[in-house]
Amino acid sequence: MKALKIIVLAKQVPDTRNVGKDAMKADGTVNRAALEAIFNPEDLNALEQALRIKDMVPGSTVTLLTMGPGRAAEVIREGMYRGADNGYLLTDRKFAGSDTLATSYAIATAVSKMEYDIVVAGRQAIDGDTAQVGPQAAEKLGIPQVTYVEEVEKVDAKGLVIKRRLDNGMERVKAPLPVLITVHSSAPDCRPRIAKNVMKFKHARTLTELQDATEDYSQMINNRPYLKINEWSVADIGADEEALGLSGSPTKVKKIENVVFKANEAMVIQANDKEIESLIVELIENHTIG
Amino acid sequence: MNNIIVYCETNGNSVAEVSLELLTKARSLSGQLKVQVEAVIIGNDLKGLEDQLYAHGASIVHKAEDSRLEFYQTLPHTSIVVEIFRKEEPQICLFGATPVGRDLAPRIASSLKCGLTADCTSLEIGDHYEKKTDTTFKDLLYQIRPAFGGNIVATIINPGTRPQLATVREGVMKREETNPVVKGKIKNWNVSEIAKKDDFVIEIIERQIEEKRVNIKGSQIIVAGGYGVGSKENFNLLFQLADVLGAEVGGTRAAVDAGYIDHDRQIGQTGVTVRPKLYIACGISGQIQHRAGMMESSMIISINTDASAPINSIADYVIVGNFSEIVPKMIKYYKKNSK
Ligand SMILES: Cc1cc2nc3c(=O)[nH]c(=O)nc-3n(C[C@H](O)[C@H](O)[C@H](O)COP(=O)(O)OP(=O)(O)OC[C@H]3O[C@@H](n4cnc5c(N)ncnc54)[C@H](O)[C@@H]3O)c2cc1C
Repeated sequence: MKALKIIVLAKQVPDTRNVGKDAMKADGTVNRAALEAIFNPEDLNALEQALRIKDMVPGSTVTLLTMGPGRAAEVIREGMYRGADNGYLLTDRKFAGSDTLATSYAIATAVSKMEYDIVVAGRQAIDGDTAQVGPQAAEKLGIPQVTYVEEVEKVDAKGLVIKRRLDNGMERVKAPLPVLITVHSSAPDCRPRIAKNVMKFKHARTLTELQDATEDYSQMINNRPYLKINEWSVADIGADEEALGLSGSPTKVKKIENVVFKANEAMVIQANDKEIESLIVELIENHTIG
Repeated sequence: MNNIIVYCETNGNSVAEVSLELLTKARSLSGQLKVQVEAVIIGNDLKGLEDQLYAHGASIVHKAEDSRLEFYQTLPHTSIVVEIFRKEEPQICLFGATPVGRDLAPRIASSLKCGLTADCTSLEIGDHYEKKTDTTFKDLLYQIRPAFGGNIVATIINPGTRPQLATVREGVMKREETNPVVKGKIKNWNVSEIAKKDDFVIEIIERQIEEKRVNIKGSQIIVAGGYGVGSKENFNLLFQLADVLGAEVGGTRAAVDAGYIDHDRQIGQTGVTVRPKLYIACGISGQIQHRAGMMESSMIISINTDASAPINSIADYVIVGNFSEIVPKMIKYYKKNSK
């Protein structure tokens, strides 16, 4: 069958899973700067599914698309180390403050400038856990979506056979191309970096990174075009500025509260027979148990 | 017009629990807003389901029936709900934060260009003053949800777009029937007129949905174990305590990951949310993601070797010690003193 063009949507996120004591400021707020920036976990599951489709259909290409600040180019390099062919970084101050609707508009606008058969996203990102950008981008692209994907089992000219992971079961569906799928964490982990790819892509850079670098890599990148990470601004994708950032975001954050421990007057019970028995008797008498 | 609409899921021949929870919540919000609650229900054969919806406060039930809609499918459901919202112009629409709600609501929000907040744990009505434009927005829906891995709680509003859309976590709202039940009206929608042929391009080949085997959400007493329980065998002790108390057993993610207990018993942000009368936490440190799923419990007993475990700060009773010595004593003294 004909080779497929696969786009993987990936996001760089603060590692909210490891908000340890050192990541909390004295006033109880989260010190985001202290959190490591990582490849969003379910986007790695998404990348793996894309690479498996590429393995199934020789000649296919996997292109990463990420939106974020300049340093999000790290996500693209990481993806290339693991087998992606190239990547695009959507970066512009005008994207800042976008909620999921504005973000999906930006992403869909960028995707529609590219050729694609399949768009693969992670189900959700761990900084917001909304799971909204994938379906909203699919709607804006006018293509069907399959969410909570555990495995793309089969690829042929008619489309994909996909297994979905639901709350208490599974569903198998057949989807035509083009389609957008979002991959669940129960899908296989992403393959590790491939040493050969690390050697090949470790100098891959965006234009901005090149300008900021102390050494001049431009010669090298001119000689080896695969080292160029494409960088797109709002103007490059021809997006409507009004539909981006704060003005394009219908949701507003009214208030943020840190979850701080409310010290509570707990009654301390000694672990001896007498005190445990009297606790149990109390619970029986006030009808909590029994 | 400008009522609150709840998108209701079905499973087989009943309405999903989360949808009834949302109708109950919508009822209390509608009281504040002086509007009515409506329900949307889509499927193949929905005969009789309206009674459950009336019983939870819906005064209008929007029904869309079609033989092709035996199971949920994104595109036709989107077309139908978008059409209903366009015609009925609700001010607020609620969905369960289930795989269905989280698949459907964003597609609808994008189509209507409306704001949507995911996974809310609390909803309130309130005003908002916007400095920049010196405008006060009256009676907005405050959509309250944990974010940033549960480390912060954010209040989100959609001042400028209608309807205000939110998905709400299962189990966080209490379900209650109305008394007396007021019989409402059915409004039928013609699926073939609304859904396009292209809406059916995704074909469901197979579905295997297991009945929920455990029902920790519905249990009044929960004995929960964490990583500190140490092994699958040690969990038997918790099952014994649960057995004598008529309780269910739950666990933390660390206990699930270690294979001590099944995934469907996980409590917390990525598991189920529970609000039992009594929660007995054994060998649980009480990280924020776990607390998110149990802190609404009426009473919490913590059994932990570490007197300064974070869970102790939300507990009503703290027993400092090894659960493997304490739990058998609880069983013994319960047997002795009950009946
Ligand atoms: C995005 C995200 C989502 C998450 N979702 C969830 C979720 O839904 N649910 C959840 O539970 N976790 C969740 N977690 C994980 C959570 O952060 C904690 O890692 C987990 O809850 C810790 O489990 P624990 O208390 O069992 O283990 P630990 O933190 O290891 O605590 C074990 C406790 O046992 C005590 N102990 C040890 N031996 C004994 C003994 N013999 N007798 C009595 N006490 C003893 C110790 O003092 C300690 O307090 C999530 C994390 C992230 C990042």
